[in-house]
Amino acid sequence: MMQAPDLPTWAALLVGFLLLAGAVITLIGAVGLLRLGSFYDRIHAPTLGTTGGMMAILLASMICFSVLQSRPVVHEILIAIFVTLTTPVTLMLLARAAIYRDRSAGADHVPADGGQRDEGSDA
Amino acid sequence: MSLLFLALGITAAQIILGLAMACAVFRMLRGPRAHDRVLGLDALYVTAMLLLVSYGIQTGRTLYFEAALVIGLLGFTGTVALAKFLMRGEVIE
Repeated sequence: MMQAPDLPTWAALLVGFLLLAGAVITLIGAVGLLRLGSFYDRIHAPTLGTTGGMMAILLASMICFSVLQSRPVVHEILIAIFVTLTTPVTLMLLARAAIYRDRSAGADHVPADGGQRDEGSDA
Repeated sequence: MSLLFLALGITAAQIILGLAMACAVFRMLRGPRAHDRVLGLDALYVTAMLLLVSYGIQTGRTLYFEAALVIGLLGFTGTVALAKFLMRGEVIE
């Protein structure tokens, strides 16, 4: 259960620190998802995990495999690019769907319309 | 000594990521409305992807990286389909 790759001292310290930092940042985002009051507050919280947490953990993985195979290993960049590109798209779609549903349900505390945009006509 | 720190750090990071997944699952099960549940699912798959990357560091195998990439792709597709369904009531039109 408790095992670790055979890394030199500096790499072991760096990888361990980056992993812990990324995990803690992701946990802070998840706690925000749990505790914030309304949906429009909550939709901001998980992005902590998809930016800071993801960057730190993927950087740790890149350092670990680069040292283990003694050559630059950068295929984790694929995940980083993909997550960075897709998270805003999904959350914008989700927020627009939530605004549409809240308005058609006549709920209060719906964010005001910014600008003269025809809702949902270009989706 | 530093390897002991690394082993402890990897295990602690996995436990912390598991707690984050538990928060997301709680939001997915309890969420007052449907878009809260979709948001919980989105946070859940991103955290699961990070957990798989940390397993890859622990075992030193690159197999887990490919699993994490597949989770990222399928999670994106799933969240977009669910958001589209909430918006229009159908996925493909």
